[in-house]
Amino acid sequence: MNKELKRVAIVVFAMFMALFLATSVIQVVQADNLAADGRDTRVLYDSYKARRGPILVNGLPVAESLPTSDDYKYQRTYPAPLLYAQTTGYFSLNQGITGIEGSMNSYLTGNSGSQFLDQLSAILTGRPVTGASVTLTLVNKVQKAAWDALSGYQGAVIVTEVDTGKILAMVSKPSYNPNLLASHDANTVLAEYNRLLHDPANPMINRTIDGKLNPPGSVFKLVVTSAALESGKYTPESTFPNPSSLRLPGTDSIVKNSSRTSCGPGKTVTLATALRLSCNIPFAELGMELGGKAILDQAEKFGFNQSFEIPMRVEASVFPQFLDEPQTGLASFGQFDDRATPLQIAMVSMAIANGGKLMYPTVVESVTSADLKPIKTFSPREYGQPISAQTAATITQMMVNGVNNGAASNARISGVAVAGKTGTAENGSNNPYTLWFTGFAPAAGSHKYAITVLVENGGGMGQNGYGNLIAAPVAKKVLEAVLNK
Amino acid sequence: MPTNSRVTEPSTNTGQIPKLRAPRTSQRMRNVELVLILGAFTISGLAILFVQLGALGHPDAHPFGLCLILVALVALLHITMRFVAPQADALIVPIALVLNGLGIAEIYRIDLHFKSQGWDALATKQIAWSALAIGAAFAVILLVRNHRILQRYTYTFGLVALVLLLLPVLPGIGTSINGARVWIQLGSLTFQPGEVAKIALAIFFAGYLVSHRESLSMVGRKFLGMRLPRGRDLGPIIAVWILTMGVIVTQRDLGTGLLFFGLFLVMLYTATSRVGWVMIGVGMIIVGALAANQFLGYVHGRFQNWYDAFNPDIYNADGGSYQVVQGLFGLAHGGLIGTGLGQGMPYITPVSQSDYIISSLGEELGLVGVFAILCMYVLLIARGLRIGFAGHDDFGSLLSVGLSFVIALQCFLVIGGVTRLIPMTGLTTPFLAAGGSSLVANWMIVALLLRLSDTNRRETRLVVSS
Repeated sequence: MNKELKRVAIVVFAMFMALFLATSVIQVVQADNLAADGRDTRVLYDSYKARRGPILVNGLPVAESLPTSDDYKYQRTYPAPLLYAQTTGYFSLNQGITGIEGSMNSYLTGNSGSQFLDQLSAILTGRPVTGASVTLTLVNKVQKAAWDALSGYQGAVIVTEVDTGKILAMVSKPSYNPNLLASHDANTVLAEYNRLLHDPANPMINRTIDGKLNPPGSVFKLVVTSAALESGKYTPESTFPNPSSLRLPGTDSIVKNSSRTSCGPGKTVTLATALRLSCNIPFAELGMELGGKAILDQAEKFGFNQSFEIPMRVEASVFPQFLDEPQTGLASFGQFDDRATPLQIAMVSMAIANGGKLMYPTVVESVTSADLKPIKTFSPREYGQPISAQTAATITQMMVNGVNNGAASNARISGVAVAGKTGTAENGSNNPYTLWFTGFAPAAGSHKYAITVLVENGGGMGQNGYGNLIAAPVAKKVLEAVLNK
Repeated sequence: MPTNSRVTEPSTNTGQIPKLRAPRTSQRMRNVELVLILGAFTISGLAILFVQLGALGHPDAHPFGLCLILVALVALLHITMRFVAPQADALIVPIALVLNGLGIAEIYRIDLHFKSQGWDALATKQIAWSALAIGAAFAVILLVRNHRILQRYTYTFGLVALVLLLLPVLPGIGTSINGARVWIQLGSLTFQPGEVAKIALAIFFAGYLVSHRESLSMVGRKFLGMRLPRGRDLGPIIAVWILTMGVIVTQRDLGTGLLFFGLFLVMLYTATSRVGWVMIGVGMIIVGALAANQFLGYVHGRFQNWYDAFNPDIYNADGGSYQVVQGLFGLAHGGLIGTGLGQGMPYITPVSQSDYIISSLGEELGLVGVFAILCMYVLLIARGLRIGFAGHDDFGSLLSVGLSFVIALQCFLVIGGVTRLIPMTGLTTPFLAAGGSSLVANWMIVALLLRLSDTNRRETRLVVSS
């Protein structure tokens, strides 16, 4: 019987080998994949175990974990919920985590690689890990001013420091209350989440960096102007034919200036005047002369067609890769398939303001451990040099003229030179316009601040609103607050 | 052997005929066992302590007090064995104890989460059942002084097994839990007679096969280079197959059905040495499985939960794969070294104290802990098979193989189900899982293996001595 017994033993051995193998695969090989499955609530509960670090603005929390008596031990709380919602994001039980809460999660929970020693000592001493605090570059006063200036509108405001890339204000409207999504009652969270999800205004979207992107319209002319000056073939005094309407070659499409006439008097118009008055026809002409490829290259130097992190993921703005001549004409004044985030438009202004050097935008100033040791400190770094210092100086002057006696006049601030460009973008024949302002102040000297304002839905005025009427005054109010005027 | 020395030792009292008495037996095995039992208690005690530190944050004397009953019963069993089974294998009791202890610790851990106390706590029940189970083992080792007695009652055991299996189907005492009708209810007590039936069946199969192996070994025609048994000998295997399918259909218990059939096949092969039987059996079970998948909704569901577990529709379905997938998440959450006892979240998985106990332990003890547990099973089963090797009579050997294999197959079916190696069949993990019938049955198997190993060693010595 022993031969049979041996065989039975081999079968038993094989069965257990299969069990050894299966458990190894699940617990080691596949463990990370399984943990990444959204249905694994253990991963979520784990994140509640440690006291999550706060998110700070000017030293005060805009998100913090306060002790509670329930199973989760801590309740995530947002003291100024509407004002900072899109930046902090929310930390929810069953609907994930977004914003800084999501992108800085490993620091906030204390699980990042740079907190390894803390984790080790936590294991050894048995006390729980405490998450690090994340300080934002936002400035409460500026954020508040931007929030107030945008009141009544659906849109976004972003203010940056051009020589460092720090984001001082990041406002997106309409907003939402992340406290409701941070509730420990799963049904409350789900109900609120579904309500927000089905709100046609999409309150959960951070419009400064994400969402259904808008056509940039005339603010894109800054990119085309940059491309023209960088090519060396054009100066602000270069002239273009000045008709009152232009049929794009090979099509029935007619391009008109917003004035519905020619761009000022005269048979020709200069580039400087075209930008100052924000005329479409000369830019269509210029764009078609430059060609889609030259504009594409310039746009990509400013950051178009790239997604990056601030540390939240920024949706890539779009300038189309392949354009025929009429499409290039339309794309040259920010229509056709051009799409941009306010941050992307801000980056154009930032580079122009900073002598052509574009600084990498960021919203995180520093990360500090619970025992106040710095874990990570922000240091400015260059994103690139999209234009030369000379081009930057030239465009700055053209933008100042646009504010002083051009299409961006409502951004004027007495005693300060403001450089600006408005935009009024079409969204198809009957839809309300998208209104823009981008610019910076002071136009000369140091400590310049760039601002970009986006107002969707025509600011409630359908096709009667335009950038200078609605977006420029918003920018003016915010810049005044920034400059203490 | 030290006992031989007493034969050659010159007697100092030559004028008297030495009083005839049983030779003093060596207690070496029992001494080893004693040390290992102390180790098993230490491990189990530490596990309970760590559970308390992890889940409560402070030690609590209460469960230790309850466990003292078990310590006393094990001491009684151990001391009794020094008299009635001194040569029994030294590893079996300690391994069973460690597994039983780890099971209690993990069940207690989940009770702590749900704040169950007193008789509502499964751990309290588990401790009580453990006491009963060790008591049953004690009774078996005391009553069955020689395993050959069992052979005399071959058909009685067959009948007992059949009655035990039929009990849950009977109206009045049979009761259905989670869709499976495998329990009987006596007052507030539920019992799964199928668990004990597997022992009766093993004894019956051993007895039956030993007396019928000659005819069952006869070969008929050759098929695909393999000698198949004769058609007229197919009766028994068909009977067992019908029994299996009966269990699967009437009691909705896939696991027990497979367990019985697997047990019979392995014992049949061991007795007859005919691979042909295995092939026929495997073929029959495949036909049965396909038919069950086709006609039995619950079996089809089990298959679906297995091969498409992560499909959101199946995951969210009533009785869907939620349980399997959460079990996998639990194991993955434990990773290599586990979260530490009392510090994981095994309670998220449904029935984490019974069917999914291995996933609970895997979460808190990690792959390292799972390997240790699996190694203990391997060791226990290896001891059992070794007893089969060393057996002097075919009945004993066959019974040892059957009893060891039934533990192995049960481990494979349930742990394989939890790890998605095979569809979940719904069996208890021997010694670990919450469930009284399973504990009693497995401790009775322990007692039988102890008895068989003691007989083997003592008879060897008799041969040497004579």
